[in-house]
Amino acid sequence: MSFTSNVPFDVLQFAKTLTKLEYGDPTVLDMINQNYQNLGRAYRIGVTGPPGAGKSSLVTMMAKHYREEGVRVGIIAVDPSSPFSGGALLGDRIRMQQLGADENIFIRSMASRGAMGGLAEYADAAADLFDLYGFDVILLETVGVGQSELEIAQCADTTVVVIVPQSGDVIQGMKAGLMEIGDLFVMNKSDDPFSEKATQQLKSAIHLKEWGEWTPPIINTVATENRGIDRLIHQLNAHHSFLIQTGALEQRRQQRLVRRIKQMVTEKVERELWNKTREIKLLQAIQERRQPQHILEEIYQDFRGSFYVGNESESN
Amino acid sequence: MSEMKVNPIDSSAVPQSIRDEDQNHLHEIEKYQKAKQKWEDDLKKSKDRGGYYYSVSSSPIDILGLPETPPKHFLEKIGFPGQYPYTRGIHPNMYRGKLWTMRQFSGFGTPEETNERYHYLLQNGQTGLSVAFDLPTLMGRDSDDPWSTGEVGKCGVAVSSLRDMEVLMHGIDQGNVTTSMTINSPSFILWAFYIAAGEKKGTHRSQMGGTLQNDILKEFIAQKEFIFPVRPSIKLVVDTIEFATKEMPKWNSISISGYHIREAGSTAAQELAFTLADGFAYIEAALDRGLDIDDFAPRLSHFFNSHIDFFEEIAKFRAARRIYARIMREEYHAKKERSWMLRFHTQTAGCSLTAQQPENNIVRTAFEALAAVLGGTQSLHTNSMDETLALPSEKAVTIALRTQQIIAHEIGVAHTIDPLGGSWYVEQLTDKIEAEAYEYFRKIKELGGNRGFLPGVIAGIESGFFQREIAQAAYLHQQELDRKDRIIVGVNDYVDPDEKIDIPILKITEEAELRQKEILKKLRSERDNRKVEQCLAQLKESCENNTNVMYPVLECAHAMVTLGEMMNVMKSVYGEYIEDSVF
Amino acid sequence: MERKIRILIAKPGLDGHDRGAKVMAAACRDAGMEVIYTGLRQTPEMIVNAAIQEDVDIVALSILSGAHMTLFPAVLKLMKEKGLNDVLLTGGGIIPEEDMKALEALGVGKLFGPGTNTQEAIEYMKNWVSKHRTYKVV
Ligand SMILES: Nc1nc2c(ncn2[C@@H]2O[C@H](COP(=O)(O)OP(=O)(O)O)[C@@H](O)[C@H]2O)c(=O)[nH]1
Ligand SMILES: [Mg+2]
Repeated sequence: MSFTSNVPFDVLQFAKTLTKLEYGDPTVLDMINQNYQNLGRAYRIGVTGPPGAGKSSLVTMMAKHYREEGVRVGIIAVDPSSPFSGGALLGDRIRMQQLGADENIFIRSMASRGAMGGLAEYADAAADLFDLYGFDVILLETVGVGQSELEIAQCADTTVVVIVPQSGDVIQGMKAGLMEIGDLFVMNKSDDPFSEKATQQLKSAIHLKEWGEWTPPIINTVATENRGIDRLIHQLNAHHSFLIQTGALEQRRQQRLVRRIKQMVTEKVERELWNKTREIKLLQAIQERRQPQHILEEIYQDFRGSFYVGNESESN
Repeated sequence: MSEMKVNPIDSSAVPQSIRDEDQNHLHEIEKYQKAKQKWEDDLKKSKDRGGYYYSVSSSPIDILGLPETPPKHFLEKIGFPGQYPYTRGIHPNMYRGKLWTMRQFSGFGTPEETNERYHYLLQNGQTGLSVAFDLPTLMGRDSDDPWSTGEVGKCGVAVSSLRDMEVLMHGIDQGNVTTSMTINSPSFILWAFYIAAGEKKGTHRSQMGGTLQNDILKEFIAQKEFIFPVRPSIKLVVDTIEFATKEMPKWNSISISGYHIREAGSTAAQELAFTLADGFAYIEAALDRGLDIDDFAPRLSHFFNSHIDFFEEIAKFRAARRIYARIMREEYHAKKERSWMLRFHTQTAGCSLTAQQPENNIVRTAFEALAAVLGGTQSLHTNSMDETLALPSEKAVTIALRTQQIIAHEIGVAHTIDPLGGSWYVEQLTDKIEAEAYEYFRKIKELGGNRGFLPGVIAGIESGFFQREIAQAAYLHQQELDRKDRIIVGVNDYVDPDEKIDIPILKITEEAELRQKEILKKLRSERDNRKVEQCLAQLKESCENNTNVMYPVLECAHAMVTLGEMMNVMKSVYGEYIEDSVF
Repeated sequence: MERKIRILIAKPGLDGHDRGAKVMAAACRDAGMEVIYTGLRQTPEMIVNAAIQEDVDIVALSILSGAHMTLFPAVLKLMKEKGLNDVLLTGGGIIPEEDMKALEALGVGKLFGPGTNTQEAIEYMKNWVSKHRTYKVV
């Protein structure tokens, strides 16, 4: 399959492909793999921050803005799954519905599913799919609360951290590690009387850190009134150019690939290591009350040995 | 066990405190006697409606039950009817002076059809009108707006212009009949239509009486029929309060509503707390406008739900009066007694009715109506048995009205004031609900940085606090039903599997929509459209300059500017609200 | 990995009474579904557009205003036009029985009136999905 041709975009098929990808369908993974050379056209922007900060509102306004420039926009919005039922309430669309039924905006809500390890991978691959299908800008909204969400944010070329002027928010953000990952900081809800003070706090917090060539700017916005969005887009463009000119974009993408391939290798090794035979061996050894250290050595040697003997027994 | 250390020589400590208590008690009894005397004097001065106050056994009925010796804190907590804190009612003689107003909410189809229904209801002993508008009207849209398709005349009457209002009120003396209008976001416009319609018939606006149900806060909290963002919405409500205060002394400028909060699934305490908090928020906004509390507070009214849990509801109504009086006097320093009195309309709970075995709804409604009367309501709407199926039929509406008449005239409960007052259980429950409400007040104020109710309520809405509390209560209730922890007859128990519903259902045809569209088309072509443009420009200017919109809106009404046209101009200034959904 | 049922819950038209929609959304979440909630006042176009993009199994509408005979057919028609042939359109509200029958004849799924046990509705939806949705997770 080639994506450079003018095959008309089939929205139904694309939506179904995303679902398949979400469940790790090998045909879709393979397709992404085959088209690896075509990846990297789209600009990927991560938007993260505490719940209620206005991420969805901002993403909506950013999408509006990009649409006015004639750019195709893909949005992936992740909300947490319920740890009890595995179900989820995905409400990010409520704000985004005002974008109407524009065929050049595609919004996909996603539950974090509790499969924490896999989420970042999926989001990354989903972004690849948007990229392959010709979306120019991909906006990735995640709640910045946990480790895995921070990882998702790193799937992006540029990470926007959204904070609001509620007392303690800046400090909370620092604790949650948000300060580490921001390329741009948005002080949303700048219609709040406290916003000036909070912006100052944020500025000091940012200046506590060594940043290298790019010091993250702070942009004050009022997402609900579409205020400050131009400046945000302007800064995003600046960061994008910076990334391209300094080669950082390429570097980031390489790092992303390094992480992803490492992860994949680890997973593959793990799958091969813990085949049925070894699982049973392990259990038996434990039941025989043998020393853990001995069991470890034995299994490890067995695993290593399998490489020399040949791998017929391991894979097929 | 620790040893008690008592000094045998010092005997003064204990006896002294007892003596103090005795003293206090004597003092209290004295105050009690005085209050009682005042009540008796007030009673003599009050007009009696001349009812027949004898039991069915022909023995005279006491007007009020009183304790032999007053318990502690009697005056602060219970008191006498017509006296602060009004726990037992706001009038010294309650329903012996005047029965509650029987006010059935109704409207459907075209203004012509509804006008006919009104004449029928008034002939059948209903004592006030209550207009139900259709959804497009409630949402500020004309009948010919694309969004109105399929909804015109469905849940109420369609009114898009002064012309429609004139038809609706045709042959009804607006100086005599009081009218309640349930209309939220565009309330000031429909009210202007009503005023203009009356004035064209020669009734001066100062003679018109009624209630404007334009509590927009509960829309954000519960019913979700909002249009503008929160702050301009509050501003518009204050405009109506100001206008009523200055021009329409007989009009209740706002009806602060808990009904819809309850229908959305809240608990009794939430209904009470959120509604009162909303009311206090309006009061603070009106004070900010520079109005004097004693000028407008006497014309504020409330609107509660009477749900199926009998005693809880009665306790809620009693607690409502007590809390309101206390806060009005102590926090807002109102001086007039009338400013302290919480007057309220009640509607029985639509959400307690069932689509299954609908005749049972008559019984449910009767109990709920009884609770409202025992709780001291000023007016009452009783639901029709078929309301969960469709618009009520004439027969169902009549039964609902008859239910009120039976309560008023047959079962004797209206002859005695607050007959449950002094019941250990009911007093205890009243205290409990009151305490729960105060706990919510604390939370609400805290959300707004402890700067009063107004910032608290706004913050509570914008952060989804109210919505979340209600959604959780509603979900909990549904789970109780799903598990059959709570039984609803005919729904999750005592189900009739072969049930055939043979209640005649009133259906609104699409004809109403077509008729309305035609009328609007004609109206738009026949009116002076230059005048229309001028009036709309004035309205826009008023919105931009933050002046009271009632005056330009009245001008627009007379120039036959439609509801939708006015709302569009206002939307261009204020913007529109999008709600977050919280669960 | 078991595939989660995805459901879009929407309120079309002007009606804002969202008690039922929210209770149902919470119940579906607790039954392990992924619920996409679009909020109030959605046009049929907005609803169907969201249903496509989210690749949902079910579209559920809550209508209490009496406009069901206009709104259900409008959504259904658009769904068919856009090729959503394997998606269930269901919902609830104050809908007289004869209207329910008329809508079912058009191809709308079972509709749920007041007093419905949420578990019953969920059972129905789960059954429908297991019978009609073809995509299986490998
Ligand atoms: N006052 C104000 N409210 C905002 C602003 N941006 C978003 N909001 C509100 O904040 C709430 C949460 O917004 P949302 O975009 O859903 O936040 P998210 O949870 O971060 O995606 C909503 O009620 C928005 O209306 C803003 O700039 N100013
Ligand atoms: Mg969001």
